[in-house]
Amino acid sequence: MKHIKTINKANLKATAAVGGCGKCQASCQSACKTSCTVANQKCER
Amino acid sequence: MIHKYKLCGYNVVLDVNSGGVHIVDDLTYDMLTDIEPPFGDSCPQAVVEKLSHFYKYEDIISCYDEIVAAYKEGILFSEDDYEQYAEVAVASPIKAMCLNIAHDCNLRCEYCFASTGDFGVGRKLMTLETGKKAIDFLIEHSANRENLELDFFGGEPLMNIEVVKQIVEYARSKEKEHNKHFRFTITTNGMLLNDDIVDFINKEMSNVVLSIDGRKEVNDRMRKRVDGSGCYDRIIPKYRDLVEKRGDGEYYVRGTYTKYNLDFADDVFSLLDEGFDQISVEPVVTDPKEPYALTEKDLPVIFKEYERLMHKILDYEKTGRKFNFFHFMLDLDQGPCAIKRLRGCGCGNDYVAITPDGDIYPCHQFVGEEKYKMGNLDEGTFDYEMKKDFAKMHVYTKPDCRDCWAKFYCSGGCNANNYIYAGDPRKAHRMSCEIEKKRLECAIVLKAIRMGESTDPSEE
Ligand code: SF4
Ligand code: SF4
Repeated sequence: MKHIKTINKANLKATAAVGGCGKCQASCQSACKTSCTVANQKCER
Repeated sequence: MIHKYKLCGYNVVLDVNSGGVHIVDDLTYDMLTDIEPPFGDSCPQAVVEKLSHFYKYEDIISCYDEIVAAYKEGILFSEDDYEQYAEVAVASPIKAMCLNIAHDCNLRCEYCFASTGDFGVGRKLMTLETGKKAIDFLIEHSANRENLELDFFGGEPLMNIEVVKQIVEYARSKEKEHNKHFRFTITTNGMLLNDDIVDFINKEMSNVVLSIDGRKEVNDRMRKRVDGSGCYDRIIPKYRDLVEKRGDGEYYVRGTYTKYNLDFADDVFSLLDEGFDQISVEPVVTDPKEPYALTEKDLPVIFKEYERLMHKILDYEKTGRKFNFFHFMLDLDQGPCAIKRLRGCGCGNDYVAITPDGDIYPCHQFVGEEKYKMGNLDEGTFDYEMKKDFAKMHVYTKPDCRDCWAKFYCSGGCNANNYIYAGDPRKAHRMSCEIEKKRLECAIVLKAIRMGESTDPSEE
């Protein structure tokens, strides 16, 4: 590709079918307690 | 849906639904303004004409082909087909709890959303009895979830440290029998830290959040003792001691920025200079009438400041060192699943907060909002209808979020902020959104730079 370079590997779609297990941390417990940025959390499965 | 922006010489295109992150050249960037699916075999004549003023014909043709190829691969203009998963969270177990162990505080921070510690409902410490009931409640409502999270919050939790210790002991004593594992965390202002408490925290708490705003003058202007003097000099050595002894254990020094320190990148670096490398500094949540409140007029300055912070971080990393700024952390490949992303924070559904009186609220920021009281531990009441209602607060039921490019990163924002500012947990608070989106844009470019990506996509 000359015009487009994709820098991430995973496709979010693939996670929908297998996800939702709930093992991961509740978002607001992580650091801030006043906001929610879910995308910076880890999947724990 | 796609989102495109320019930052630090990069043209970034995000494909919202697949999570695709692309660096593109100017031609692609411009072409994406004018085309969208369904795609024909060749680039529409009007678009070719428009672009041919600036680009070569054969480039336009090959660019169009690349866009269509990415579309066919499902990483550009991919469909949003997640809505079917949105309601799976209804009736999910409760797995996290915030214990407001002390509705009292030994500081009088001006911006405190807990109104000097008592949440506007009177000073009070939680008893061990209530704490035990909270643990029992959590275990009972956690169904098959093994990992349970318990955050000690306040007010200032160290004002009730003996009860904290006993609750931890009680919870640990129940782990085996119920096949649970507790993860404890604590948020403190540091005033009461001593050797004994530091050891306890470092042993039992999987994360500790240490409140401090940054530079001494910034911190002391807002974080004051009852007599009006600042707390900086007292807490800095204590935090250092705790972090040093903690080794690799997780922690955050966490500050708030207000209108008084719109140059908050300097506060982040001041904390770094003091020896902390896990840093979170966030916008104040407060009544817009307060003199220190952030308003939409401040947004351009705030945006510039996040960019400045980003550059400062990059300069720092050139010296071979690293630190974490919470809101720039982003994992493009191993992040949470789509289902978690669309559900959001889980407040009132898989997360609840408990007051010293045993009252149950959707989260710590809803405490004191009578309308959102979900029940009481002593009375054995719990409002499952309200739980269900909160479970349905996700990006598809929030009108602003539905069509927002940031929805799978932000997950619909903070329901409590929405309620505080807009009177409705489902109504996004525009200013918080703008800040969130700016942070994301920066975080993504930061990622690209760290990966050594060139701004020119044709370069390897
Ligand atoms: S809260 Fe705001 S930034 Fe977040 S998804 Fe909703 S509209 Fe977007
Ligand atoms: S509503 Fe806001 S403060 Fe409450 S848990 Fe969610 S993100 Fe956190």
